[in-house]
Amino acid sequence: MERNLTCIICPRGCSLTVTVDGENTKVSGHGCPKGEKYGIDECVNPVRTVTSIIRVDNREDTMVSVKTADPIPKGMIFELMEIIRATKVSAPVYIGDVIIENVFGTSVIATKDIK
Amino acid sequence: MIYDVAVIGAGVIGGLTARELTKYKLSVVLLEKESDVACGASKANSGIIHGGFDPEPDTLKAKLNSTGVDKLYKTAQMLHVPHKNNGSFVCAFSKKEEAHLKELYDRGIENGIEKMSIISGDEARAIEPNLSPEITAVLNVPTAGIICPYELTIAAVGNAMKNGAVLLTDFTVTSIINDGCFNVSSADGRCVKARYVINCAGCYGDKIAAMVGDDSFEIIPRAGQYILLDKKEGARVSHTIFQVPSKEGKGILVSPTVDGNLLTGPTAEAVDCPMCVNTTPEGLETVQRLAAKSVPSVQFREVITSFCGVRSSEKNGDFIIEESKAQKGFINVAAIDSPGLTSSVAIAEYTVEVLKNAGLELELNPDFDGTREDPHFFRHLTDEEKNEYIKKNPAYGKIICRCETVTEGEIRDAIRRDPKPQDIDGVKRRTRSGMGRCQGGFCKPFVMKLLAEENGCKMEDVTKNGKTSQMVLGKL
Amino acid sequence: MLEHDIVIIGGGPAGMAAAVAAFDRGVNDVVILDRDDDIGGILRQCIHNGFGLHKLGRELTGPEYAAVYKKMVEERGIKVYYETMVTDLTSDRVVTASNRDGILKIKAKAVILAMGCRERSRGALNISGKRPAGVYSAGTAQKLMNCEGYAVGKRAVILGSGDIGLIMARRMSLEGAKVEAVCELMPYSGGLTRNIVQCLEDFGIPLYLSTTVCEIHGDRRLEGVTIAQVDENRRVIEETKRYIPCDTLLLSVGLIPENELTRAAGIPIDPITNGAQVDENRETKVKGIFACGNVLQVHDLVDYVSDEAEIAGTAAARLVLEGKGKTEEIKTGAGNGVRYVLPQCISNRDGDVALFMRVTEPFGKVRFTVRSGDEVLATAVRLKAAPGEMEKITVKADKLALVKDTVTVSLEEI
Repeated sequence: MERNLTCIICPRGCSLTVTVDGENTKVSGHGCPKGEKYGIDECVNPVRTVTSIIRVDNREDTMVSVKTADPIPKGMIFELMEIIRATKVSAPVYIGDVIIENVFGTSVIATKDIK
Repeated sequence: MIYDVAVIGAGVIGGLTARELTKYKLSVVLLEKESDVACGASKANSGIIHGGFDPEPDTLKAKLNSTGVDKLYKTAQMLHVPHKNNGSFVCAFSKKEEAHLKELYDRGIENGIEKMSIISGDEARAIEPNLSPEITAVLNVPTAGIICPYELTIAAVGNAMKNGAVLLTDFTVTSIINDGCFNVSSADGRCVKARYVINCAGCYGDKIAAMVGDDSFEIIPRAGQYILLDKKEGARVSHTIFQVPSKEGKGILVSPTVDGNLLTGPTAEAVDCPMCVNTTPEGLETVQRLAAKSVPSVQFREVITSFCGVRSSEKNGDFIIEESKAQKGFINVAAIDSPGLTSSVAIAEYTVEVLKNAGLELELNPDFDGTREDPHFFRHLTDEEKNEYIKKNPAYGKIICRCETVTEGEIRDAIRRDPKPQDIDGVKRRTRSGMGRCQGGFCKPFVMKLLAEENGCKMEDVTKNGKTSQMVLGKL
Repeated sequence: MLEHDIVIIGGGPAGMAAAVAAFDRGVNDVVILDRDDDIGGILRQCIHNGFGLHKLGRELTGPEYAAVYKKMVEERGIKVYYETMVTDLTSDRVVTASNRDGILKIKAKAVILAMGCRERSRGALNISGKRPAGVYSAGTAQKLMNCEGYAVGKRAVILGSGDIGLIMARRMSLEGAKVEAVCELMPYSGGLTRNIVQCLEDFGIPLYLSTTVCEIHGDRRLEGVTIAQVDENRRVIEETKRYIPCDTLLLSVGLIPENELTRAAGIPIDPITNGAQVDENRETKVKGIFACGNVLQVHDLVDYVSDEAEIAGTAAARLVLEGKGKTEEIKTGAGNGVRYVLPQCISNRDGDVALFMRVTEPFGKVRFTVRSGDEVLATAVRLKAAPGEMEKITVKADKLALVKDTVTVSLEEI
């Protein structure tokens, strides 16, 4: 099986061709090793970093932005969003603070300081 | 209570009429179906003070236009409504059109218009270098001017309220029953009692008249589309530039506005309903083409926005200002299309005369104060004066709308001042916040917050223009 | 009148990086004026990731990228005037600004313009129809969602496939809204490929090319839009008109550098970039006034904004400290397939000069050639080139020494 993908590791957007032949997966068109890994992962186990916001309950009209510390399986995005939506945090929050632990093999961390 | 007079419609005519009535010892209520005043024709028109050469002699239009010009300038001064006596040029492009110019000139003389002259194309271009080289002659009307029509309405209503008039918004009149006095009911169940009713309902004038069994006239809504250009284009012309009315264009003008933008338009199209305020590709294309005929160098890539207004016309072509033959005590002020804005103060005075003749006793109100403090005083201060003012009112140092340099202090004051704006567009019309080249892209969230804060409501309840025009649909 | 060595107008990514670079080059009296209550600019609302790979070697979200630079600003004790809007700038570098303390006037030895850009509005597009609530520029909607926490709509159409539009398509989808379509007037997308993949394809959102929104419906809140395909002259094809019910229309139809202050100072503007004409130091034609970031040219990546701001900040510091001026003016220009070249001129030949450019339309494999007369100064091959992506080609100092005439960049497909 051959799939044509656009690499999204960096903004350069290399055109990848991924050939999956049983155990063997071969990538061409990549500009860097990360791209090669992306090509393979995207065909075997696609993952995404999810970013969103969580309401800060002790600050008026304040949201803290968050992200998954590592990419999660693409199919789990909406399930994670449900969890994020049900979560509230209290300030102070600092960049890197873990907001939600152990979700889909990673955690959700703050990307903004709310002092 | 029973009001002496209920005025239906808080447009420029209803507003100025209400204000005129407060000069007397009368209780006045102003009923408006929208959440704000000036939401119909009064917010979307050319904003021109017409010289008065156009109306047929011996019509109400001719009379009220010619007497209305000075009255409007005077009232605008008292109310601090931005206006300018910039003069107008009516341009002819051929010998045939020059003959038409002469007719307009003669008609103007008959209507009592002063200081008019016909000048050559070259003479006109010496004054307005950007005029088309094709223009052969120009009717120069130095008394003509420009005014901000929605601000005039806001000021008039605010001044009427200052003198005791009551404004009820979101009051859609659904029935008018006379059982000794008028019972004017709204869609939401409110009822206002009044001895006299003045119908200033603009495009809805015939429908309101029909509620008292008066079907003597039919309003024909006519849409006019406009294109407003950036202030960079504002100095393209200094006069208001008209064309001789012809088959193709009945008055596409190119004019500076009181705020320094350039306005082009309007088209004139009969439409089905007063809500038909949609612009069309054809309409906007016509505006561009015909505006370029007068002033070829207009840069339409500098467009800020386009909009459409609907004015109320009637088949006989004249204003209708009289007591209804079907219902005593009910005064129609209808079919107020161009030159309605120019005539507005004269119309208000004339309407009160009609009311007097209908039996309303008028006793002067000695407490009447016809002035409004300048809401834009801050704009006109020097940097030193601004500094002093900011020291006392720090909110005046915080600029919310960058394009038009509008401060938080000015916005808060506008939200607190009668008639109080209920939504984003209302704030925009009062302060110009969001009216500049970015069209509120930056300031909108700030204005929403200020509105919510001042009106004690949630962000989700902040609207753009009227009750069901929410800006956001809930919290995340 | 206050006096500062270097005044930076705007505390977004460009302003912050310029301030840090100027400080590190030896000027301690650097101040930033920002209209908001925090620095970081638009990055503060760009909660998505993808920032910093090139510049910082790691992938960050917008707020994180901003925080990196904010920390540097704070560590250096660089003064920031918050909630301070600059209202005027003169060619002799007097800055007038307003904040809650009053009107400030600052005389600066050098000024760095870093005001960023604004979004093209609905009005500027002349889309016909009505004027209901629910029509937003994408960035305004982004701010309301990501900073204020409000749902701008539940069913959306997005006009313009610029990056902000694409990012917002994903953002709204994640928050449970239905994004019906992204319409793009041009036959190609203006956004980065990775955003088309991550933001549209992942969520099954259709991208309609050569398609526009031709009418807006609804008296109060938006009720729907009419979309239609356009022909090669971008004229609507009548029979392709189609109504889509929606309560939200987001516009991502172009960014306009905010150059009102630049014009006020009498600084010549490049009609293509809509930013000031600058030399390789990002100095404008008015001595001592520099420009960088999106106010100068709309960038694709914030990383390049930071790079550019460092050039401006360093050069401004050098001017303040050493009074080093321009020695000559070699013009640059765009040739075949290239829309513009920045800097618009080269004033000194004492080092390598990086030229930035955008192409006129999408190309496959191309070779860029930098020439001056018959002399080839540099070449670069790209596997593909798109208008949405900025290209950079460096001309070495030894090659620059050969220049006698205008330096032009052109491309050929290979």
